Amino acid sequence: MEKSQISLTINDIPVSVEEGSTILDAAHKINMHIPSLCYHPDLRVAGNCRVCVVELKGNKELVTACSTAVTEGMVIFTNSSKVRTARKTIVELLLSEHNADCTKCYRNGNCELQWLASEYRIGDHVYQDLVKAEDKLTDSSSFSIIKDDSRCVRCQRCVRTCSDLQDVGTFAVIKKGKKQKVSTFFGKPIKDVFCIDCGQCTSRCPTAALIEKPIFEEVWDAISEPEKHVVISTTPSVRVAIGEELGFEYNKHSDSKIIAALKLLGFDAVVDSGFFTDIYIVELCTEFMLKMKQANEEAGNQVLPFVTSCSPGWLKFVRTKLPDVERLLSSSKSPRQIFGTLIKTYYADKKALDPKNIITVSVTPCTAAKNETTRTPEGLTDVDFSITTRELVRMIRQSGIDIERLEAADYEPLMSTHSGASVITEVTGGTTEAVIRTLTELVTGNELSPEMLKNMPLRGENGIKETVVKFSEVKYGWEFLKDKEIRFAVINGSGNAAAFFNNINDHENPYHFVEVMVCHGGCIGGGGQPIPVSFELIKARASILYSLDELSMVKKAHENDYLNSIYRAFLSKAENKESLRIL
Amino acid sequence: MPEIKSLIHEYAAQHGTARNNLLPLLQEIVQLENYLSEESLLEVAKTLNLSLADVYGTASFYNYLETVPRGKYVIRLCRNISCMMQSQAEILSTVSSLLKIKVGETTSDKNFTLLQVNCLGWCYKAPAMMINNEVFTELTPQKVIQIIKEYKEK
Amino acid sequence: MESPSQKRIDLIFSNYTSSKYKVLERTLQRHPDELISELMDSGLKGRGNVGFPTGMKWKFARREDSETKYVICNANESETGTFKDREILERVPRKVLSGMAICGYCIGAKKGIIYLRHEYSYLKEHLQNELAIFHEFVKQFNHDFTIEIFSGSGSYVSGEESSLIESMEGFRAEPRNKPPFPVTKGLYGCPTVVNNVETFATAQVIFRIGAEEFLKLGTSYSSGSKLFSISGDTKNPGIHELELGTTIEDVVKEFGDKNIKSVQVGGASGYCIPQKLFAETVIGYEGLTTGGSMIFFNNSRSMYKVLHEYLRFFAEESCGLCTPCRVGTQQLLLGIEAVKKGEMPVSYIEVLKKLALSMKISSKCGLGQSVANPFISILDNFKEEILY
Repeated sequence: MEKSQISLTINDIPVSVEEGSTILDAAHKINMHIPSLCYHPDLRVAGNCRVCVVELKGNKELVTACSTAVTEGMVIFTNSSKVRTARKTIVELLLSEHNADCTKCYRNGNCELQWLASEYRIGDHVYQDLVKAEDKLTDSSSFSIIKDDSRCVRCQRCVRTCSDLQDVGTFAVIKKGKKQKVSTFFGKPIKDVFCIDCGQCTSRCPTAALIEKPIFEEVWDAISEPEKHVVISTTPSVRVAIGEELGFEYNKHSDSKIIAALKLLGFDAVVDSGFFTDIYIVELCTEFMLKMKQANEEAGNQVLPFVTSCSPGWLKFVRTKLPDVERLLSSSKSPRQIFGTLIKTYYADKKALDPKNIITVSVTPCTAAKNETTRTPEGLTDVDFSITTRELVRMIRQSGIDIERLEAADYEPLMSTHSGASVITEVTGGTTEAVIRTLTELVTGNELSPEMLKNMPLRGENGIKETVVKFSEVKYGWEFLKDKEIRFAVINGSGNAAAFFNNINDHENPYHFVEVMVCHGGCIGGGGQPIPVSFELIKARASILYSLDELSMVKKAHENDYLNSIYRAFLSKAENKESLRIL
Repeated sequence: MPEIKSLIHEYAAQHGTARNNLLPLLQEIVQLENYLSEESLLEVAKTLNLSLADVYGTASFYNYLETVPRGKYVIRLCRNISCMMQSQAEILSTVSSLLKIKVGETTSDKNFTLLQVNCLGWCYKAPAMMINNEVFTELTPQKVIQIIKEYKEK
Repeated sequence: MESPSQKRIDLIFSNYTSSKYKVLERTLQRHPDELISELMDSGLKGRGNVGFPTGMKWKFARREDSETKYVICNANESETGTFKDREILERVPRKVLSGMAICGYCIGAKKGIIYLRHEYSYLKEHLQNELAIFHEFVKQFNHDFTIEIFSGSGSYVSGEESSLIESMEGFRAEPRNKPPFPVTKGLYGCPTVVNNVETFATAQVIFRIGAEEFLKLGTSYSSGSKLFSISGDTKNPGIHELELGTTIEDVVKEFGDKNIKSVQVGGASGYCIPQKLFAETVIGYEGLTTGGSMIFFNNSRSMYKVLHEYLRFFAEESCGLCTPCRVGTQQLLLGIEAVKKGEMPVSYIEVLKKLALSMKISSKCGLGQSVANPFISILDNFKEEILY
């Protein structure tokens, strides 16, 4: 049904918007900025903070722009003295219940409350200090995030993100009146309640009430230790987004300049994460095929669907909310773990280094990855430090590097190639696409057609996407797949996972392969990515990754030359015991 | 706890598990156990398919859905203006010294908890109090001592 | 205007013996539009703390096109000094149930709910018995309308209609963004009329005596009579039905002790009328909130203590959702304490006044919007008591 247009005026400027739009939408259309705090484009409207109040002619109270729908002939004033007084009062009230010691704050310089205070020229605090001493005791129990109640503005973005987007529900508003705050079940520390470490709350928090657990100081320490050989890997999501906070737009020279920057920071070697992702794809594909064979041979045993597990937050989600799915999960190591393991074995070996002196640093968009560290068979940790895009930004800023002015540099030649498939794994649906590319050639001996390559229905932001692949010609040994409809499903955002898996038996035709990424958009929208975040921004980042794939010469993981040399030299065939041991 | 569990399951079986059952269910648990324990909220969350934080956050909003252990008899003295004007402070100190507990505390035999609450709606017969769901008005120190004595004998 | 002591009005509690729902029976024979029209003519305004024209509310709900609609009786009476609704439910519940049934008939609702505050749980059994009888009669009249009771769990702010609905749906009693209003999108998203206990009882009275009779009482803006819960320094505490438009002076003359220096009308969220304004202030919707509570303070009372108590109440009962109310109530409370103790200068009071006025226009619901009422009326009229 067509929506009618509504005409109104904002500050005497006429504007016309679709029925159902809010005053905030209308203001946006004419580039009139109305400040807000609890409003976030990815979340349902709250209308709590009251920062966005505006004057509506004919109304004695001010109305919130974010939650008020436009009506024909509305006359709005966003900057009258009534509005300015109210807004200033509200900011001052927020500051009175806020630990406003900005110089000590992690979000100093990128904080929405700071911005409001500076816009409204807040001077000496007008009201009495309401910050409670106990609120200053931060909750650092979690591996991935830190909660600081003294910096909470009660916008409830974290509550809405965690329950609506992620379907986890770690946080809620408790009590009321002067005792009201955002907390957990009985106020327990985060490590004692259900939290999947996805960090989506930290990237939507306007202040430092929720931040990722920063460990980059320890990375600096490692770099400055002369006997330590520090190897760093960054993922495409990191490189594509890092410019958002450093002030440059990603282009075809960016990757190599970022490598130069990392070398300047003092890292001994910079490796291409895509290399390890390719290995992951091959391993994943192999594991999937073995499962398909097993399903074919053991008709009674339900071993499918095969479910990915490279999203660390997903593992935690499964264990608490979908315990029946745990046995279906892939046991392949994630690309990060492969990176860590190979550096401490293959790389150490080739470079004649003592693995005990190697420090591996993985930069990812993921906060949950901070808890993914495991031990290699030799008793070493695979990834020593997992830091987020935001932490790398701080390291670069601290070192005063201007990335755009750097000369191009190269990856460590030992592990420096990657396929286009590895790049798109960081977008939802990408891992599945990559698997299909490799799988097709494995099973049929032929490449995936270019049209199929481009028109995979697995792209886009839908929560649940699916596709069916059918092989009419198969190689020897793969006869059981001939003309079989192989169903792939892609879940985007943990908010959609429970709905999918709880109804999985209702589906007429069973699924064989399910990819799950707990972050909306996939890793590209990870909880450790630059702030601010929005679905629009994530979409824009995703399209850069797709175009990188377009441009890449090698599109399939298994065609990665260096990868093949490693397999031949070090790991033999993928089914080999040695590789299974390591990977 | 098994009592609470069966209460929760029976309630859900009879009324369903939609969200609007949350508050009536929590009230029934409080009626039985005088407060909402972690275990009972865990069971409620599981049964109604809600997150733990959500259930706790909703319960902790309401004055009568206690989330800390309370005694068998919860004495709630009205503290608002009309009762204040009729010497509520005297009643409070009488009860406090009789039971040897301060506001917010419970007697060691876990029989009585002393709380102060907002307007009970008996302003013309102030001062007023509730013990669990029973209302007592026009209190005097002697009267309140007698009332508590009767409860002790129960 | 006759002085109240000469004219005893008793519309609410009289005409009740062996009530057989006769008024309901004959009202159901009339057309809903006619009933709503009569209600609008009567000028009846909500008897809670808001005072919205009742007929208009029912009219809006009637207009909505929906299979399911609800009638909710707001028995969450939690305003300081108010106890009239409790008495109505105890003594004349059938008038309330009739009022609800007539409302249901007018708007097209088949379901009614009484939201009974937790503190009135002792009334539950009595009301359940009445409901059993009510349902029998309603069946006889061939009217499809059932009422059930929903128990509150203890919160002042549940008295606000959208917060009440949130509470019924199993959430924290926090107000919703409005519009849409409950008459359009209320309980479970359906058109809902939320009215105070006394409003339903008065509606029944109006349908018994007719709008014209009702209009003989009160003023042109505040028609009829209303119950007042009177307490404090009074020789005659209790529920008294008074004609709207009566001056405070007359009320104090009849009910107050000696040396009454102020009257708080409308509870903590109402106005404090000082003695010098008694003669020119009338009880009614012309500028006062008339939830129905009147507390008398004589010369021995400390207005600082009174204001402090109200602010403590608000700081505790605020739902905490919106910034102006959550933080503002705390700031006002701490502020007057600090000025009194000398920790903040006397000029800080002006800052607090501006804060209260900001809260009035930027808070999300009536609670935050009303704090300025007692604050400014007590401050303006008893400045020395507050400051020193």
